[in-house]
Amino acid sequence: MERKQRVIEIKELSIGYAVKKSVKVVAERITSAIFSGELTCLLGANGVGKSTLLRTLTAFQPKLAGEVFIQGKEIACYPEKQLAALISVVLTERLEIRNMTVRQLVGLGRSPYTGFWGALNKEDERIVDQAISLVKITNLAHRMIDTLSDGERQKAMIAKALAQETPIILLDEPTAFLDFPSKVEMMQLLHQLSRTTNKTIFLSTHDLELALQIADKIWLMDRENGIRTGTPEDLSLDGSLSHFFARKGIIFDRDTGLFRVENELNRQVRLTGRGQRYTMVRKALSRNGILASRQVESDTLIEATEEGFAVFESGRLSGKVSNIEELLEKLLA
Amino acid sequence: MKRHALSFILIFLSIILFFVLNLVLGTISIPLSSIWHVLWGGEDASEIWQNIIWKSRFPQTVTALVAGAGLSISGLQMQTVFRNPLAGPSELGISSGAGLGVAFIILLSGSIGGTALSKLGLFGEVAVSVAAIGGAMVVMSVIIAISQRVKGNVVLLIMGVMIGYIATAVIGVLKFFSNEEDVRAYVIWGLGSFSKVSGGQVYTFAGIMAVLIPLSFLLIKTLNLMLLGEGYARNLGLNIKRARLYVITCSCVITAMITAYCGPVVFLGLAVPHLCRAIFVSSDHRILVPAVTLTGASLALLCNLIARMPGFEGALPINSVTALIGAPVVISVLFGKRKSEIS
Repeated sequence: MERKQRVIEIKELSIGYAVKKSVKVVAERITSAIFSGELTCLLGANGVGKSTLLRTLTAFQPKLAGEVFIQGKEIACYPEKQLAALISVVLTERLEIRNMTVRQLVGLGRSPYTGFWGALNKEDERIVDQAISLVKITNLAHRMIDTLSDGERQKAMIAKALAQETPIILLDEPTAFLDFPSKVEMMQLLHQLSRTTNKTIFLSTHDLELALQIADKIWLMDRENGIRTGTPEDLSLDGSLSHFFARKGIIFDRDTGLFRVENELNRQVRLTGRGQRYTMVRKALSRNGILASRQVESDTLIEATEEGFAVFESGRLSGKVSNIEELLEKLLA
Repeated sequence: MKRHALSFILIFLSIILFFVLNLVLGTISIPLSSIWHVLWGGEDASEIWQNIIWKSRFPQTVTALVAGAGLSISGLQMQTVFRNPLAGPSELGISSGAGLGVAFIILLSGSIGGTALSKLGLFGEVAVSVAAIGGAMVVMSVIIAISQRVKGNVVLLIMGVMIGYIATAVIGVLKFFSNEEDVRAYVIWGLGSFSKVSGGQVYTFAGIMAVLIPLSFLLIKTLNLMLLGEGYARNLGLNIKRARLYVITCSCVITAMITAYCGPVVFLGLAVPHLCRAIFVSSDHRILVPAVTLTGASLALLCNLIARMPGFEGALPINSVTALIGAPVVISVLFGKRKSEIS
C-alpha cells in the first residue's frame, strides 16, 4: 500500500457564512490534516458547524479565513471541473428521482469525464460496474432508485462517488436514517474502501459509538475548544472524549473506550458468578439503580450459575429463578 | 433500447398520420390526391382548394406541430430545473407576462389611440406578437434575475406564480377601462389557437422554432446533472448558476415565442413530459428530450384535430381540448406518485 499522505491540509481555517451584511462565524482557527487511506469521522453536537465545515471543504461555500490545501494546492485555485475529479460527495438530501436505475445514477458519477452528450464509453462502463461491485449492490444495479431502501440508496450514492474516481470522498451523515445493522455495515464498508482504494474518506456522523470503534481518526468539534483530532484511543487517553461528552447521564467508560449511560445507584448487592452471565446481571441491576459486584458485602447474595440465578437472604436460599426478568421481579418486589 | 426504438417509431408514425388528417379533415372535403397535388405545387387543383390548404390548413398544422414540440420541451426543462412535477411554462408567469403585453396593446389601443386594434389588420397582428414577446421577456428577466439571487427552486416557483397573479390582476384592471370590442378581441386571443398564424407568418414562426428547439438539445447533459439536485450537480462540475440561467432562458424564450403566435396554450407543456416518462420509463434526458419533442408535436396535432372535428367547426378552443387531455394525465401522475409514497 502507498504511504499515507496529507491529502487535505487545513491551516487556521475560519468557517461560517454571510447573513445579510454581517458575517456569522461558526468555527475559527482550525488546523488539521486528513490522510489518504484512512477513515476520518467528524463528531460534534447539532449546530456546531459540521455541515459548514464539509461544505467549505467541498468549496460549496467560501471560507472566511485561513487556508485549505487539497493535494498541496489551495482549494480556491481549483476550477470547478478539476474539483469534480478531486472530491466527490454523498449528501444528506434525499433524491427524488423516479425512473432512474442505480446503474444510470452511478453512471452520472462519470459526468466530469464524459463528453458533450454525457454518453459512457467502454472504459466508463467498466468503472461503473466496478464501483457498483465495490459497494456490493450488483444485484440492485437495474432497480429503480425510488424503490430502494434508505441504506441501499446510500450505497448507490457511494457507488456514484466511487465512479467519480476522486482521491477524496466527503460524506455528510451517511449513517443517518439507517437501522443499526445498516449503520454498522455502512461504516465497515467505508472503512474497507479507505483501505482497498487508498482513498481519503471523511464523514460527519452522530453515531459516536460506531465512529469510535471503526474510524482511524476522529475529529471532535465543539464550540469552546474548536477541533481536536487524533485516533479514538489517543483522544480517550488524553481525556478529550470524556471532556467532550461531559453531560449529565453520559459516562465515558475508559476501560472499553466507549460511552455508556450513567445510572444513579442507591443500593448495593453482592453478586457472584462469571463471564457474560455476571456482566448481564450487573447491567440489568445497574439500570434499576442497584450496584451489583463481587467486591460488595450485603445481606442479599445473588449467585449467577449456568443453571440459573439463586438468591440468598442472610445466608439462606430464598429462591431460584431461570432468567434475569424473574430475578428483577424478585429483587425489586 | 429496442422498446425505446419501437416507441419512437410509433410516435413518429402518429405524427405523420395526424399531420395528414389535419390536412384532410375539415368542413370542405378535399380528396387526398388533390391535397398531394397542391402540396407538391400541382396547378391542376382548384384555386379554392389551394387557398384552403395553403392559407388555412397547412399553416395551422405546422403551427400545431411546432408549438406542441416547443411547449413540451419548455415544460420538461422547467420540471427538471425546478425539480417539481407541476412546473410548466404557464406556472412561471411567462404566459401571464405575454398576456399582459398583449392586454396593453389590445386593450389600451382603443381607449388611448381611439381605434380598436382588431380593425388594424396586419399591423395589429405584428403588434400583438411583439407585445406578447415583450411581456414574456419582461417577466422572464425578472425570473432570471431572481433565480441568480435566491437559492431554493421552490421560492423561485412561488415567485413565478405570484408574478402571474400580478399580471392577471393588471389585465383585469385594463379590461375594466377598455371598450367591449377590445375586451372581446383579448378574450379570443386568450383562448389560444393554432389558426391565428397566417400563411406568411408560419415560416417565420417555424424558422424561429427550428433554431430554438435544436438549441435546447444542447442542454441535455446539464439537465441530467440537474436531476441530482444542486449539491450533487455542483460536485460533478456543473456551474449551477450558469446552468440555471441557460435552461430557464431557453425555456422562457420558447414559451414566449409560442405564446406570441398562438396565445397561451395550457397543459401541453405540463402533461407531455409526464406522459413521456410513463411511456419510456426513464429520466434520462437523452431519451426524454427527443421523446417530448415528438410526443408534444403529435399530441398538439391530435388536439388541433379534435378542436376542428366536424360538428365543432373550429368553435372549440384549443385550450379546452388540451386541458381535457392534459388534466387526466396530470391527475394520473399525482395518483401514481401517491401510491409509490405509501408503499
